[in-house]
Amino acid sequence: MEYIRAFLAGGAICAVVQLLMDKTKLMPGRIMVLLVVSGAILGSIGLYEPFVQWAGAGATVPLLGFGNTLWKGVKEGIETEGLLGLLKGGLTASAAGISAALIFGYLASVFSQPKMKK
Amino acid sequence: MKKGKASIEFRKKPRILGASSVVGPKEGEGPLGKLFDQVEQDDKFGKKTWEEAESELQKRAAELVIQKAAVAKPSIRYLFAGDLLGQDIATSFGLLDMNIPLFGLYGACSTMGESLSLGSIVMSAGYADYVMCLTSSHFASAEKEFRYPLEYGNQRSASATWTVTGSGAVILGQEGGFAQIAGITTGKIIDYGVRDSQNMGAAMAPAAADTIAQNLQDFEILPSEYDKIITGDLGKVGQRALIDLLKNQGYDIEKQHMDCGLEIYNMEAQNAEAGGSGCGCAAVTLCSYVLRMIQEKTWKKILFVPTGALLSKTSFNEGQTIPGIAHAVVIEQVE
Amino acid sequence: MNTEQQKKIYQEYIKEVTPSHNIWTNMLKAFIVGGIVCLFGQVLMNWFISMKIEKEDAGTWVSICLIGSSILLTALHLFSPIAKFAGAGVLVPITGFANSVAAPAIEYKKEGQVFGIGVNIFTISGPVILYGIFSSWLLGVLYYLLQMTGIMGGM
Repeated sequence: MEYIRAFLAGGAICAVVQLLMDKTKLMPGRIMVLLVVSGAILGSIGLYEPFVQWAGAGATVPLLGFGNTLWKGVKEGIETEGLLGLLKGGLTASAAGISAALIFGYLASVFSQPKMKK
Repeated sequence: MKKGKASIEFRKKPRILGASSVVGPKEGEGPLGKLFDQVEQDDKFGKKTWEEAESELQKRAAELVIQKAAVAKPSIRYLFAGDLLGQDIATSFGLLDMNIPLFGLYGACSTMGESLSLGSIVMSAGYADYVMCLTSSHFASAEKEFRYPLEYGNQRSASATWTVTGSGAVILGQEGGFAQIAGITTGKIIDYGVRDSQNMGAAMAPAAADTIAQNLQDFEILPSEYDKIITGDLGKVGQRALIDLLKNQGYDIEKQHMDCGLEIYNMEAQNAEAGGSGCGCAAVTLCSYVLRMIQEKTWKKILFVPTGALLSKTSFNEGQTIPGIAHAVVIEQVE
Repeated sequence: MNTEQQKKIYQEYIKEVTPSHNIWTNMLKAFIVGGIVCLFGQVLMNWFISMKIEKEDAGTWVSICLIGSSILLTALHLFSPIAKFAGAGVLVPITGFANSVAAPAIEYKKEGQVFGIGVNIFTISGPVILYGIFSSWLLGVLYYLLQMTGIMGGM
C-alpha cells in the first residue's frame, strides 16, 4: 500500500509540474527553485510533514522534499543551538545530498566526455 | 547602382565560382545528405572541443571551396566570415591559417547573407578579384553558448529548432562561374517583442517579411519574379508567420517560399521539432541544394534571405526581447 | 508600421500558431516516470530500514542512491534521452537536481578544473541551493522571533 501511495503522490507532483512547465514556459532552473522554496514554506506551516507520513518517498524524493528537509534542519538547529543553529541547520540537514551531488558530479566529469544529442 | 531605400543592383555582377558544404552526421542523414561535399561522421571533427570542431568545419569548407573554384589561394583578397559563438571564435581560429585579410562578421544566423552582401559590394566596386564568403554553426557549441550543457535533461518545445552542424563557403570572382549576384537588400533590425527563446522562427519572421517586402518594392517587382524565395531558418512557425505577414502587406509568396530549416532534416524521424537553424543551416543549403538547382537551370533567379535572431544569454536574462534581422541576396543564373 | 498595437497583435497571433506537444501525454509520461522514481525511492527506503538503519538516515541514504544513479546515467549519456521522454518525471525528483550538477561539470571540463568545472558546476543547481538555504533561513528567522515573543512558545 505504501508503494502505491509513493507512486501516486510522486507521480502527481511531477505531472502538475509538467503542466506548469508546458503552460508557463518557465525554465527548468526556475521550476527547481520554485519547488524547493515551496517545500520549505509548506514545511514551515506544518503541512509537509503529514504529507510525508502519508506518501513516504512520494513526498521526500521530489525537490519539494528537499525544501522541507532544509526547513526541518533550520528548525532543529534553532531548537538545539538557538541563533547559531539558524545558520547551521539548513546545510547540516542537506549536507549529505549536496556533497554527494558535488562529489559524484565531479567524478562524472573525470570519466565522461560530452557527447552530441541525437 | 542604388535601388529604392535599402537595395543595390550591381552593374558589375559578381560571379559565384564555387561553393562548398561540410556537415556533421545528422545533416548527412537528412534529405540533402547526398548533395553535401563532405559529411563527417565524427561530431568533433577530430578535435578536442566543440569550438575547435566548429573552427575545423570552417577550415575544411574554406579549403574545399578553393579547390572547387580552382582559384589560387593568394589571389583571394578578402574573407567575409562569421559564426554564432562569442567574439566569433570559430571564425578566428578556423581561418587563422588562411593568411587572407578578414572581415569578421556577426549577423547571427543571417551571416551568410551579410557576408555575400559585403563581398559582392567589394567585388562589384572592383576592389578585389576574388573574395570568399563563409559561415558555420555547430549544434553542440551553440547549445553550450545559448542553452544548456548537452547532458542536461531539458525538454525541447515543439517550436524549438535544431542548430545545424555545418559550414558553407562561396568564392566570388569577376568572370566565369554559373551564377551571379544581381543585387542585395540589406535588412533592418526588427523587433516585434517576441521573448520565447524556444521560438526563434516567430522572432525572425517579421525581419524576413520586412526585408522581402523591401526587396520587392526597391526593385519594383512581384514575388513571381523569383523562382524561389529562400529564408534561412524560420522553421514551421516562422514560415507560417512570414507568409501571413507578407499577405497582410499584399504579397503572396506561398508558392515561391522555401525555408532551409525545413529542407535540411527529416522533420519527424530526426527529432528536429520545428526545423533546422544556425548560420550553417542557410549556408550549407545554399552551397549544396540551392546553387545546384541554379546550375542545373531548374531555377533562374532566386532570393536568398538568411534570417538571424539577435540575442545573447545576457540580453535574454535581462528580460530583453528577441529582435531579428534578415539580409536578402538576389542570385541568378548566368546566361 | 511597427506600432505597439501591431506588436501585440503579432504576439497574440504567434501564440495561436505555435504548436505545442500534447500536454496530456506529457503529463502522463511525467506521472508514470515520476511515480516510478518515487516508488524506487520507497523500495530503497524500506530496504534501508530493514537493514536496521534509522528512518532519518535511511531517507538520506535514499537521496544519496538516487543522486548517484542519476549522475551515473548522466555520465553514460542516458539521462538526457530519459528526460526528453519523461520531462518533469525525472526533473522534479532529486534526480533532476543531481543531473543539473553533473551535466555542466562534464560539459565544461574542457575549460579547465577551476574556471571550467569549478565555476560552472553550480550554473543550474546553484540557484536551488541559494534560494533553498535563504528561504529556509528566512522562515527560521520568523520562527525564532515568534518563539522569542512567546507566541509559539512550547512548540
